[in-house]
Amino acid sequence: MITDSHPSHRNGGPYPEDFLETPCHAVASAGHPSDTPSALCSTNLSLWYGDKPAFQAVSAMVGKGRITALVGPSGCGKSSYLMCFNRLTDLISGCRVTGHIRVGSDDVLDNSTDVVSLRRRVGMIFQKPNPFPFSIRRNFEIPLKENGISERMDIEEITEASLRSVGLWNEVKDRLGASALNLSGGQQQRLCIARALSLKPEVLLLDEPCSALDPIAGGVVEDMISGLKERYTVVIVTHNLAQARRIADEVMVFWMREGCGSLIEQGETAQIFEAPRDAITAAYVNGVRG
Amino acid sequence: MMSTSGRVSSVLAGFLIRASAVIVTGLFLWILFDLLRQGLGGLSWEFLLADPVNAGREGGIRSIWVSTLLILSVCMATAVPLGVAAAAYLAGFTREESNLAQLLRRSLEVLAAMPSIVFGLFGNALFSKLFGMGFSILSGGLTLACMVLPILIRVVEEEFRAVPSEFRMGAAALGLSRAGMLFRVLLPLALPGITVGLALGVGRALAETAALIFTSGYVDRMPGSLFDSGRSLSIHIFDLSMNVPGGDTNAYASALVLVGLLLIINGITAMAMGKRFTGRKRA
Repeated sequence: MITDSHPSHRNGGPYPEDFLETPCHAVASAGHPSDTPSALCSTNLSLWYGDKPAFQAVSAMVGKGRITALVGPSGCGKSSYLMCFNRLTDLISGCRVTGHIRVGSDDVLDNSTDVVSLRRRVGMIFQKPNPFPFSIRRNFEIPLKENGISERMDIEEITEASLRSVGLWNEVKDRLGASALNLSGGQQQRLCIARALSLKPEVLLLDEPCSALDPIAGGVVEDMISGLKERYTVVIVTHNLAQARRIADEVMVFWMREGCGSLIEQGETAQIFEAPRDAITAAYVNGVRG
Repeated sequence: MMSTSGRVSSVLAGFLIRASAVIVTGLFLWILFDLLRQGLGGLSWEFLLADPVNAGREGGIRSIWVSTLLILSVCMATAVPLGVAAAAYLAGFTREESNLAQLLRRSLEVLAAMPSIVFGLFGNALFSKLFGMGFSILSGGLTLACMVLPILIRVVEEEFRAVPSEFRMGAAALGLSRAGMLFRVLLPLALPGITVGLALGVGRALAETAALIFTSGYVDRMPGSLFDSGRSLSIHIFDLSMNVPGGDTNAYASALVLVGLLLIINGITAMAMGKRFTGRKRA
C-alpha cells in the first residue's frame, strides 16, 4: 500500500492510529503532496439539515499554509462543509454533523472542545460582507476586547496592522469613527477579513467572498487572498473556476450524488484542471457540465 | 369591469374604513378637549408644586407625582433587567426551543391577558403581606413590574429576533461568547426597540390603578422612603372623582397631567422609532 510511504503518517504523526485507518488517509495518499503537514482534516464527515443530508462521507486533508478551493455546483454542501471547521453549524437549528474533524491536533466535534477559542483560531468570511453596523473602530474593539485585549494602545496598533494587511488603512485611517456601513461592498469585505485577521487565526475559511462584489472590487479582494498564502491556511468556497485556478494550490470538487453532496476529487490545482481523474471533474472543469 | 355589487361593496368598505378612522380620532380629541376644558383652569405651577390639602380638593399634586415617579422607578429597575434577560433567553440563546422556553412563553401569554385587579391582589398577598412590605411604594412598584414584564419581554424578544442573523453568525465566527454577543452586539443593535418596549411598559404602569390600590395604598402625604405608602396619579384621579365631593376640578387637572406625561412618553417613543429606522439603514 502507498500508505507506508506517506512520511507524515509513517511515524504515527499527530493522529492516533485508528484515525489513520480512515478514508481521510486514502485521500491524502491519493492526491495530497506528502511533504506538507495538514492543518485541517475531515474523516467520514456527514451533515444533515433535519432529515435531509447536505453532504455525506467527506474525507479530506487541507495542507498547512496553502490555499484550498472548494468548487462545484450550488447546493452540494460546500458552504456547509466549511462551517463544520469552526462549528458554526451549532448555530443552525436542526443541523447534525457526524464523523471527525481535526484542526491541528484538536478534535473539533468533541463535546469538550471550547468552540469560542476554536473560532478564534479558525476565522471565517461570509459571502455577504457583514461588518457590525457600528464604527470601523468598534468593529475591531468588539472581538479584540472579547479576546482579552483591552489596552487602547494595543487595540489601535492591531487595528492599524490588520487594516494595512488588507490594504484598507490608507482609505479609512481618517474616518475610523464613521460607520462601517458607509464603506463600499469591497471595502466592507476587506474590513471583515482584516477583522478576522486581527485575532491572529491559523486558518481562514472564506465562503464565496467575492461573489457579492463587482468584478473590480472582487479582483482586489482576490489579490488580497492570494497574499495570505503561507502565513495562513486558507479554504475558499468559490463558484468561479477561473478564480480557483488563479489562486488555489489545491482544489476539492464537490458534486451531487444520489441527492446529496459528496467530494468526488481532490488534488493539486494543475492536476485537477489538466489531468482530472474523475470523468465528472473533467466535464466540469472543461465547462461541459455544471 | 367591476360588477355593480362589487362597486357598491367597494364604496361601502371605503366608507366604513374612513368612518372608523374618524370615530377613533374623534374619540381621542373629545377626551382631550373635555380634559382641557375642565382641567386647564386648575392647572398651574402652584398645583404642580404644592401638596394636596383637604383630601385633594385644594392644594396640588406634588406628593402624588413624586410617589408616581418612585413607583415607576422601582417598577422599571426591576422589570428591565429581568425582561431583557428573559427576552434574550427566548430569542434563541438555546439551540432548540427547550421545554423551559415554551413554558416561559405560555406563562407570558397568560400573564399578558391577566386583569390588573388580579395583579393587585397577588401583589397584596405576596409583597405586602408575605414579604412584609405592607402598603408601600416598593410593594406597588414590584407589583407593576410583574404586570409590565409580559409586554416588555415580548417587545424586546422581537427586537432581538429582528437583528439579522448575519450579525449573529459574524459575531460567533469572531469567537464572541454568548454573553459577549448579547452585550456587545445584540443589545446595542436592539436598544432603540428596547426603548419602545420600555415606553409601552411605562405607559401601562403610569395608567394603572387597580393593581396599586392594594399595594402602594392611597396615602396622599409626601413619601419619606420606599417603604412608605404613596398615592399614584391614577389613584388620585379615581379618589377625587369617586370619593371626594368637590374634587372634580383637581381630578381633571390631575388627569391632564397624566395624559400629558403619556403623550410625552409617546413622543419619545416615536423619536426612538424614527432613529431605529435610520440607524439600521445600509449604505
